[in-house]
Amino acid sequence: MRPTPSQTVGPFFGFALPFAGDAIATPDAVRVEGQVLDGAGEPVGDALLEVSQDSQFGRCRTDAEGAFHFVVSQPEAGFLDVAIFARGLLRHLNTRLYFPGHEDAVPTGVAPERRQTLIAQRDGEVLRFDVRLQGERETVFFA
Amino acid sequence: MSQLENGQGDYEPPYLFPDYRSTVLRAPKQQPVKLADEWFHRAPGPVFGRIPVRAEDADLTRQHSGQPLGERIILTGRVTDSDGRAVPNTLVEVWQANAAGRYLDPVDDHSAPLDPNFTGAGRCLTDAGGRYRFVTIKPGAYPWRNHANAWRPAHVHFSLFGPSLASRLVTQMYFPGDPLIPSDPVLNSIPDPRGRALLISRFDIETTVPEWALGYRWDIVLRGSRATPAER
Repeated sequence: MRPTPSQTVGPFFGFALPFAGDAIATPDAVRVEGQVLDGAGEPVGDALLEVSQDSQFGRCRTDAEGAFHFVVSQPEAGFLDVAIFARGLLRHLNTRLYFPGHEDAVPTGVAPERRQTLIAQRDGEVLRFDVRLQGERETVFFA
Repeated sequence: MSQLENGQGDYEPPYLFPDYRSTVLRAPKQQPVKLADEWFHRAPGPVFGRIPVRAEDADLTRQHSGQPLGERIILTGRVTDSDGRAVPNTLVEVWQANAAGRYLDPVDDHSAPLDPNFTGAGRCLTDAGGRYRFVTIKPGAYPWRNHANAWRPAHVHFSLFGPSLASRLVTQMYFPGDPLIPSDPVLNSIPDPRGRALLISRFDIETTVPEWALGYRWDIVLRGSRATPAER
């Protein structure tokens, strides 16, 4: 049987998909902050991100600046799975957030000059992870 | 290759579909990197205990003190994997506009009225046979600014998780006979007409409850098959 095709999440999910404590996957863990940007470098203010790994699951809608955050703990695998949904994305995108120090775990299929897009950067108390949907420094997406 | 050129056999929309304007700056230009060993099929999906699901979340007509305006409907169907095997106990989330075509979302600036008795968001878990069931009202069509005089056909958004990362699905369900369907770039981004047909529910007299609500049936097939260790 053919899988049911995907359609965009659209712009109007913000009243429906968030839930209490949705951006907190693990209390008392590290805070990840980032921004979603489009091909013109403009913030994507209506994206939904989901992070998961082991028993962790978090969901965050970007704000007008395209900013999102999660509170997560570092999984043994060294990375989190990240799914990105937005108006204009007819299918969602899958990427990974690698924690600093786990650069070696990035799959070898990723070209060396693009690996950096998958690695969160330490910025004081938080980890920084931006998602560029298109263009220069486009984030690596997986299939 | 020629098969793909006329859309035959291609049931998934592309990332870039210029008729849907928002794709132009948001579609990645690089090919996705294929992970080894069908990784997405092997990776278990997230655990959902954290998203609360109450029995009353499946009835969108009873979330307020009064009844919402509009045509009461029952939406039901079966969730299976691509082998036809039921996907039990999986989270199904729905959201939609009200009967006038307005979402209860601060981003929606359509001039149609809000309905104080309708939120338009629901959740349920599939039963042992993979079945889901929502009671709601039929959503209205609404204008959008994609092109001149553009209107979205009536639709209900669906979000499902299934057993693996690969089975994650966000999509939209449409209603049979909607005159706006042929001109909708979102649905028509799917190249093969048989793929588009998979997103259109059918009116079902068996589901229809006399003197109360029309029934629509829509089955969902999640990516993933028996060949993958999906049960964990």
